[in-house]
Amino acid sequence: MTFRIGPRTSQIIAYVALLTMTAIMVIVLFFIIFYILRNGLGQLTLEFLTDKTREMGKEGGILPSIMGTLFITIVATVIATPLGVGSAVYLVEYTRGGPIRRIISFGADCLAGVPSIIFGLFGFIFFVISMNLGWSILSGGLTLAVMILPTIIRTSEEAIKSVPHTYREISYSLGGGKLDTILRVVLPTAMPGILTGVILGIGRAVGETAAVIFTAGSSLGLPTSIFSSTRTLAVHFYILAREGISMPKAYGTAAVLIIIILAINFIAYRLMHRFIARYY
Amino acid sequence: MIIRTANLNLYYHKFQALKNVNVEIRRNVITGIIGPSGCGKSTLLRIFNRMNDLIEGVRITGSVLIDNEDIYSPMHDLILLRKRVGLVFQRPNAFPLSIFDNITYGPRVWGISDKKTLTEIVERSLTAVDLFDDLKDRLDCPALSLSAEKQQRLCIARLLAVEPEILLMDEPCSALDPIATSKIEELMIELKKKYTIIIVTHNMQQAARIADEVGFMLLGELVEFDTAKTLFTSPNDRRTNDYISGRFG
Repeated sequence: MTFRIGPRTSQIIAYVALLTMTAIMVIVLFFIIFYILRNGLGQLTLEFLTDKTREMGKEGGILPSIMGTLFITIVATVIATPLGVGSAVYLVEYTRGGPIRRIISFGADCLAGVPSIIFGLFGFIFFVISMNLGWSILSGGLTLAVMILPTIIRTSEEAIKSVPHTYREISYSLGGGKLDTILRVVLPTAMPGILTGVILGIGRAVGETAAVIFTAGSSLGLPTSIFSSTRTLAVHFYILAREGISMPKAYGTAAVLIIIILAINFIAYRLMHRFIARYY
Repeated sequence: MIIRTANLNLYYHKFQALKNVNVEIRRNVITGIIGPSGCGKSTLLRIFNRMNDLIEGVRITGSVLIDNEDIYSPMHDLILLRKRVGLVFQRPNAFPLSIFDNITYGPRVWGISDKKTLTEIVERSLTAVDLFDDLKDRLDCPALSLSAEKQQRLCIARLLAVEPEILLMDEPCSALDPIATSKIEELMIELKKKYTIIIVTHNMQQAARIADEVGFMLLGELVEFDTAKTLFTSPNDRRTNDYISGRFG
């Protein structure tokens, strides 16, 4: 007689195993957030959020870094979103899935996996030196735009591809042209998916360190234009911790960064639900 | 006679889906096209508003005249053609928009943006499909919240909003239950007073109930075309007889 596990037992084992994996994932995630917030929340005073940085970050607040992060992310998003969505529309609607589309999609996938420090180096050589933009919000934003572009292209492409083909046929059968069809049917239907890609991109841009340290610099002054050099929250945190300037301030910065990312995701989630709930 | 095809052939790459089809379709009647799956009946239907153009590798020879104009001539305005010849699809497929926006989609594409005109179009189109009283107070609701039958009516209303002359229907009742089907059939009989209707159906009873003239297709060929009465009671071709008596298909 051989030993066999009955179907009932194997169900239970599978259930317990999967539950354990999920539990480990959730615990790790919450531990990170909890740990950072426990160490950082104490730092979060109004002064910390609204004051200039003094003595290399040992004293004062992080307002310049909050503004720098905000501006760089806005520049990156404003540049990358139209480019990415436009490319995705072209790839899906105008290339009919030929070899061009496969090559570009493959290229975008490869680019999405390139380490961010490579983008930083590229941005430094191309935007900062060759184009003579210097260490600036513009250079950092452009570099991040290039970095998040593949994510936006690929998620938008998938979202546009998943719009049922009949929607396009109906639009044509009602006398709609290609552009009408794209603007009035395809993009609105694909919007939740496109938004997801943009939000993912923004999330990456907000927390990026390596790509901006070479391109936006690490100056601590309040930015006055997009040509100002600035120090993002992530870079500020890195320097505070790496150079042992002030661990409490570093945790405070990290907490702000985490709260910003959580807030972006929460808002995006709400927006998306509202968008979907409207018509389904 | 509103539509006339002459020696019409259609190829998907090497496969010939329509073989030498010659058919004449009369104005303000319901023409049914029947035949087993894959016989080319939907392909023939989509010839009339050039929907096949969207498929890669399609090649067409012969001519298709609507009101004596060759719709496949390079001079013909494709967008105007699609406005004149509307298509109702197999499944109800409202856009994920409000009822109002679904119906006004076509008119808006055609450049009408005046709210009052659009409201009139919505009222007229919904009245034509007998939905206006039901939906007038919830035009802002999502169209996808309606039942399948009402969605299909809405899709017909959406089509009527661009004021077509010819309605192509590709198995419009195949996703509906029998009661909803009979309601849509009544609607079609009502609509033929103003429109020319061509309906593809796999349901012979449906063709017998509503069509004035019927074509039977097999393997890309239009085997027989006659009045519904003749075709269903005394068909000329043995293959038609075999099909309508249920020997195959």
